[in-house]
Amino acid sequence: MNLSKYLKNAFLVMLACLVLSACATKKVQNQMQGDVYTGKDTVEYLASGVPDRVFFATNESVLTTASRDTLRKQAEWLRKNSKINVVLEGHADERGTREYNLALGERRANAAKDYLMTYGISSNRISVISYGKERPVDSGSNPLAWSKNRRSVTVKAN
Amino acid sequence: MIKKVFFSVILIFLTSVKSNALIEVDITRGNLDPLPIAVSPLSADKDTNDKLKKELKIDKVGHKISEVVENNLKNSGLFNPLDKDAFLQKPDIAHLKPRFEDWSLIKAQALITGKVILKDEKLRVEFRLWDVLAAKEMMALAFTTVPSNWRRVGHIITDKIYERLTGEKGYFDTRIIYVAEDGPKTKRIKKLAIMDQDGSNTKYLTLGNELVLTPRFNPTNQMVTYLSYFRNLPRVYLLDIETGVQEVVGDFPGMTFAPRFSPDGKKIIMSFAMDGNSDIYTMDLENRIVERITNHPSIDTSPSYSPDGKFICFNSDRSGYQQIYVMKNDGTGVKRISFGKGLYGTPVWSPRGDLIAFTKLHKGKFYIGVMRTDGSGERLLTENYYQEAPSWSPNGRVLIFYRETKTDSEGKGFSAKLWSIDLTGYNERMVKTESDASDPSWSSLLSN
Repeated sequence: MNLSKYLKNAFLVMLACLVLSACATKKVQNQMQGDVYTGKDTVEYLASGVPDRVFFATNESVLTTASRDTLRKQAEWLRKNSKINVVLEGHADERGTREYNLALGERRANAAKDYLMTYGISSNRISVISYGKERPVDSGSNPLAWSKNRRSVTVKAN
Repeated sequence: MIKKVFFSVILIFLTSVKSNALIEVDITRGNLDPLPIAVSPLSADKDTNDKLKKELKIDKVGHKISEVVENNLKNSGLFNPLDKDAFLQKPDIAHLKPRFEDWSLIKAQALITGKVILKDEKLRVEFRLWDVLAAKEMMALAFTTVPSNWRRVGHIITDKIYERLTGEKGYFDTRIIYVAEDGPKTKRIKKLAIMDQDGSNTKYLTLGNELVLTPRFNPTNQMVTYLSYFRNLPRVYLLDIETGVQEVVGDFPGMTFAPRFSPDGKKIIMSFAMDGNSDIYTMDLENRIVERITNHPSIDTSPSYSPDGKFICFNSDRSGYQQIYVMKNDGTGVKRISFGKGLYGTPVWSPRGDLIAFTKLHKGKFYIGVMRTDGSGERLLTENYYQEAPSWSPNGRVLIFYRETKTDSEGKGFSAKLWSIDLTGYNERMVKTESDASDPSWSSLLSN
């Protein structure tokens, strides 16, 4: 009698664990597509509905569909605010050698710059700086943290 | 800032013409059986000790020099310095004529003795190396220098002993330039720092107001080239260590990074990034002429010259991923040399010319390794969560690099430290620094 009650409780606890861990996994999955960050945790806004950053896959500087969508919003905002200049800050995650990551950050920021230019933003309104892996937003040592750190952030320069 | 010091070296005895029974240390293999060596404290008379203590606040200088030597020998992994408590003979008498039976009793195979005298404000240090089993003197030398140089005397003695017993030049009278780190991982404060090879005499060369990375010595160790984010413009700089004068290298319209000197010290080789593409350039420091060395839409970075200056190894992702390439110094004859599994970065040519050290990333682990200059004979020396940026000791026997720890689930517990490892893959040890540290670069020998 007591034993069966005990077993039942244990079963319930196990079930709860499973449900919780499933939720946790699902949450991480919701924030990443492949290994590109798709969450909102670290994102700031240049204006209402205009996210300030785009994210990249490991070792990549290719813009995803979501990134291009974000950059089009930025371009539209920049067209409306023609006196604002911006700096694109390119970053890499901690899983690469320092010097290569400096180059990679520069390549990522330029991918974003090129896209803004194709949407009519003059190159003399955009400057680029790479921080390599020197300025992570998330100090974690896990795939989700790394995905948040592989980014190009558009910052107002004036 | 760093005083140039002149040592007068006098060979006081030349007795031991290479006799056949003398001890030798083999450094080409992992040494699991380090040579038992007794480092007797250097003797000093009362007058010398009193004066040094009063005027320079150096207490027992003879003991301290022997501790520097002992620590160096131990860290080399090739020697096992014996406990001083077991020594039977007094330092001054041992220096004149060791009782070899006493020293062989404690299993010492080699013995170092010495003497310090302060005369006319100068420190005169003499030392002798004895072969205990053969009951013979192997070497005797004396130096005269200013008293504040007593640690360097210890390093020079170690270099002489190392050279006599291994047949190769030492690496103890050298310095390390590195980046001292502090603060949270997301807002790290970084300063240029310089220290003796054993971690003492740390000096900071920048204040930490701007981000600084990847310092490297010139061949005479008086200049440093590094990357600074001064005014948020990442550029390669040149710093004169003695005068503190800094200048930007070249006039580039974008980021320059990954600098290194050519072996003759006349050029700086570096990457210049523009419109998403990084290529390798050189600038002649005399006539300021800039030359483009690579011209490829891929990332080309981390260049390092061969010791004769004729070739350059570098890092490129032109095959799709980071690999190591070698080319002639004019940029022709580019050839990929890394073909193993994984990504390769940070190639550095050995001062002996025969090997290239690198960082490798494979299946989430980072390795420090070496390969021949044609890419054959790849050997991985150490594996860790994160480590990179090897730099060679001037004799090409030891590599120094930095290692970072994995943070916990809350993103805490980050640290970065310098480590060294023997080319054999043995003798891995942490190099003590005052703060967290990264991007080490080893100087050449300060004296010869």
